[in-house]
Amino acid sequence: MEIIMSILAGILFMAGTYLVLSKNMIRIIIGTSIISHGAHVLLLTMAGLKTGAPPLLGLDASTYTDPLPQALILTAIVISFGVTSFFLVLGYRTYKETGTDNTERMRGTDSYD
Amino acid sequence: MFTALHFAIIAPFIAAIFVPILYKLFSRIHTGWFVLTVPTILFLYFLQYLPTTANKETVTAVFDWIPSLGIHFTAYIDGLGLLFALLITGIGILVVLYSIYYLSKERESLHTFYTFLLMFMGAMLGVVLSDNLIVLYMFWEITSLSSFLLISYWYEREKSIYGALKSMIITVMGGFSMLVGFVLLYTMTGTFSIQETIAASSDIVSHNLFLPAMLTILLGALTKSAQFPFHIWLPDAMEAPTPVSAYLHSATMVKAGIYLVARLSPVFAISGEWFWLIAGFGITTLFWGSFSAVRQTDLKGILAFSTVSQLGMILSMLGVGAAALHFDNLDLEDNVFVGATTAALFHLINHATFKGSLFMMVGIVDHETGTRDIRKLGGLMTIMPITFTIAVIGSFSMAGLPPFNGFLSKEMFFTAMREITKFQLFNVDTYGVIFPAIAWLASIFTFIYSMILVFKTFNGKFKPEKLDVKPHEAPFGMLLSPIILVSLVIVFGFFPNILSYTVIEPAMASILPSLLQEGEQFYVDIYFWHGWTPELYMTIGVISVGLFLYLGMKKWVGIYRLFPDNISFNTLYDQAIVKGERLSEKIISSHMTGFIKDYLLYIFSFFTAALVFTLFHKEAFIIETQNLAPVSIYEVILAVVLVASVLTVMFTKSRLKAIIGLGVVGYTIALFFVIFRAPDLALTQLIIETVSVALFLLCFYHLPQIAKSLETIRFQLGNFIISLAVGTTITLIGLTANSNRLFESISGFFIENSYNEAGGKNMVNVILVDFRGFDTMLEILVLGIAAFGIFTMIKLRLEGKEQL
Repeated sequence: MEIIMSILAGILFMAGTYLVLSKNMIRIIIGTSIISHGAHVLLLTMAGLKTGAPPLLGLDASTYTDPLPQALILTAIVISFGVTSFFLVLGYRTYKETGTDNTERMRGTDSYD
Repeated sequence: MFTALHFAIIAPFIAAIFVPILYKLFSRIHTGWFVLTVPTILFLYFLQYLPTTANKETVTAVFDWIPSLGIHFTAYIDGLGLLFALLITGIGILVVLYSIYYLSKERESLHTFYTFLLMFMGAMLGVVLSDNLIVLYMFWEITSLSSFLLISYWYEREKSIYGALKSMIITVMGGFSMLVGFVLLYTMTGTFSIQETIAASSDIVSHNLFLPAMLTILLGALTKSAQFPFHIWLPDAMEAPTPVSAYLHSATMVKAGIYLVARLSPVFAISGEWFWLIAGFGITTLFWGSFSAVRQTDLKGILAFSTVSQLGMILSMLGVGAAALHFDNLDLEDNVFVGATTAALFHLINHATFKGSLFMMVGIVDHETGTRDIRKLGGLMTIMPITFTIAVIGSFSMAGLPPFNGFLSKEMFFTAMREITKFQLFNVDTYGVIFPAIAWLASIFTFIYSMILVFKTFNGKFKPEKLDVKPHEAPFGMLLSPIILVSLVIVFGFFPNILSYTVIEPAMASILPSLLQEGEQFYVDIYFWHGWTPELYMTIGVISVGLFLYLGMKKWVGIYRLFPDNISFNTLYDQAIVKGERLSEKIISSHMTGFIKDYLLYIFSFFTAALVFTLFHKEAFIIETQNLAPVSIYEVILAVVLVASVLTVMFTKSRLKAIIGLGVVGYTIALFFVIFRAPDLALTQLIIETVSVALFLLCFYHLPQIAKSLETIRFQLGNFIISLAVGTTITLIGLTANSNRLFESISGFFIENSYNEAGGKNMVNVILVDFRGFDTMLEILVLGIAAFGIFTMIKLRLEGKEQL
């Protein structure tokens, strides 16, 4: 199962990178969002996917899944949500101010001074 | 301990602090009068060391500066250091005196001038009196810096800035290379002290780093002393006020390189490369400088190239003299190498006297006629008789004519060059004959430009129509310094021996220390008349051929056209600067495009390449299949859904589809969390994905019209390959990491203790708020900042840039 999940993470990263490299602002933001999904999947996979009970002691199981990566992912999800929403509003404001959502048109000036 | 000697070295720096205050306080008195006391006191102070050094004693005073790095401010006085210290302070007195009359109190900003000059004086004293290489280097760079400031004194002139920048670039380049050499010396000897390095010199001569250290240090010495081909900065430095040219660019700073060569001779001179490099560069510079001086039309230009040439002469004599260290038991009396060192030191002093007086003479001519162009000058002999006398004595001494001191040092120079060919050393017996030949040829050119300097200025037709002001003799105060200097020229010419045992002999003992046994000393009797020697015939030859060539100059001056301007070293330098700038501009603009996509491409390709290279280079890539979890049908279905939705997002033509696809990806991942037994994650993921999609849709609503929003992604092969590489790398790393489990997870602790220690049964939540609560606190902070940021971006409107 880990092999399949690793490949899935790779696919998510590939799609995210491809979108980030495009010109359109919204697609770049979607790309970052997909990359963070990829990172979460990778984190979960790294911890091992051996089946055990969910990490709730009340279940009285003999083995549990590893709780630590879940805590890490939970933190990561919330942070990536904060960043994504900030990006979105930034993109929205940029479009309002500059009138374009094409990053190629947002190039800086040529002069070095 | 901080001694009076240390104080003497840094006294000019301290005085420099007070100069602007004195300038403001006593605006009616020329600031130079206050400054004059500094070199005077220092000169008298250093005079008292003469008996010490004459008795072969040295003075060492150590002040710990950075003891942990072996850097001490060690003041060290021996014959060589004292000779230079006396030159620096002595000429310093005369230059300050001259500048009082040269620079106008009303028009010039005197405080900056004297601040820089004092800075320079202190730095120069530090160079010649420091025993620690790093401290020497520090003072060395301050001389470069203060020279830069002094050359650009009239900073509103473009040529001053050009000259200052050029001298800065060249001397700092050399200085930096010298620092490298010092560090190499340190790695060989383990000490920064010059005296200890000299003591260890026989051990390091076969070391691998010996030659690199020698070359890098020599580069510093040659650039500072304006040796061929680094001489190009000196003529452009003539844009400085004349007192500066007289002081820095003839008597003191350009001799710092000479000093360094003399000081480090005992370390390096044992090798044949040292002899050939020093003597070779010296003799080349001697010829090229004198040859180029003849074509100059500016008086200071002539003097600049003549300085270059004379420095080459001193250096070549030092090179020849240093060969003495190759022998163990040398007959000290009547020895050619010892004689060459004597000649070098003697000429060093002579050059300071006559070149200083000549620069001051040119300054007077410039001051009183308004030009330094010899094509406009002429017939000033009767108008400025005293200046004319100064010029005659200075130039004749420079040309090597009797009865002036230049004659004596030139004779000794010829002796050294002639005798060197007889020695079976470093192949000199084969190629050595070029030395006397070039020396003789260069002396002829020296004679010619010396004659030009005097007779084109003071003889011939008076051309008042070409001059802006009516010329007249200079005030006495301005004439005083050059008069003192030319008096010295005559005194040293007739009584050279007043220098020999007081100054020259102790300095020689510093340059050639290993030759002396206990109680011995060098024989440096300099005679005015040697009898009818071959050198005398050579001088007669120089005078007659020189006279002949000077009178017929119009006929042969055309050979200078064989050296067109566009292949000179100046052009090379200018081109190097221009081309270098253009090249770096081209390199920068070729990759700094300003498109974010390009920068992301660099970042992604770099990381991918580095990771994949490391993975395979370290042979870390393994796939273990033993500990894998089983695959069930639900997971396969979810994986297929995930891949399908990701591909939709990637290749869709509509932005709406992309957003919905993203939502599907998020929910699928939430389902994965369910399958992999992570209930809290699944909950959070579902909620957050919902909110995110809503946000995306909100933005979608506000973003451009259909035509734009339905824009297709241009399929770009390059982008796709890069992203494929990124994805593959992640997969490879994921697989490798899964297959290399080095140790057990620490989660057993959380499972055992979350109820006992923290009193909670939901382990994930206990970790979040109890075991690792700090993470959560900062994560809340992140959300807060994001919220504030969003609020600010939407609410805060700054209209117009002036409010920013």
